[in-house]
Amino acid sequence: MTGMDDLIRALEEEHLREWPEFRPGDIIRIYERVSEGARERLQPFEGVVLRRSGSGTREMVTIRRIAAGVGVERTIPLHSPRLERIEVIKRHEIRQARPYWLRRITRLHKIQ
Amino acid sequence: MALTLMGRKVGMTQWFDGDGRAVAATVVQVEPSVVVQVKRPDTDGYAAIQLGWGAVKERRLPKPVLGHYRRAGVEPRRVLYEARVEDPDAFQVGQEIGVDVFSEGEKVDVTGTSKGRGFTGTIKRWGFSYRPKSHGHKLIRRPGTAGPMGLRKVMKGKKMPGHSGAETVTVRNLEILKVDADRGLLVLRGSVPGPRKGILKIRKRDA
Repeated sequence: MTGMDDLIRALEEEHLREWPEFRPGDIIRIYERVSEGARERLQPFEGVVLRRSGSGTREMVTIRRIAAGVGVERTIPLHSPRLERIEVIKRHEIRQARPYWLRRITRLHKIQ
Repeated sequence: MALTLMGRKVGMTQWFDGDGRAVAATVVQVEPSVVVQVKRPDTDGYAAIQLGWGAVKERRLPKPVLGHYRRAGVEPRRVLYEARVEDPDAFQVGQEIGVDVFSEGEKVDVTGTSKGRGFTGTIKRWGFSYRPKSHGHKLIRRPGTAGPMGLRKVMKGKKMPGHSGAETVTVRNLEILKVDADRGLLVLRGSVPGPRKGILKIRKRDA
């Protein structure tokens, strides 16, 4: 008999989505479908990846950007069916898995 | 009263519903039950089907029960249980009933045995308040008074510390998010009583 956790993993497989590879430190743009009343539109969110957490369908990504002078962090479920696509804008060589020091960096495109 | 099947709790996860929202979900493995006896109003006084569920070694069952299975011509099962049905003639002895009787979006009631908590205090068992941790207090988790002074006795049914959990709990109106007939799995929205691998009864709700 297969383990019970395997059963859950097998079920979750249908929700799993495939995205381009990216890791903490990279700058990515996520297009999310947002419904406003009857209309649906794509809302992009671009920023630097601070962390990826969770596993399987529960994986989340935290993205930080500076919007109107204020730092904004969003944590988005990576396997949500509402996501349309993910673009990797810029890749960075960063040693940490959780590069929280990026919060102190204001001109992100200049790091490295 | 409606068709009931038995299953095992596999565990919890999250599930994306139709609107793309992540909701808490419980996975239940429902192995097929087999009809052991059909009860009709004219012979038994009520309409029901008797079902058997789960693999078991023959030597673990008492001989009278084995005889009951043999008369039905059915491989012995671990649990015998009954489900009241409107139309018992729709079922035959020996018929296997699996998850495919459920459909996505349908609501079900789930009965199980909750996790045993052992001997617990009033705070965990009845939701009593803590007392302040500071301002000269001690005895933070004690239950306080058992009743008024004038009564000179403790009223029956007074909530006291004691054994908690491990009782039969039914959660009603759980939405079925997904039916996986190949693997015999159900995904239910929300939580379900008991530990993983705990045995559950899943009952269809009357329309």
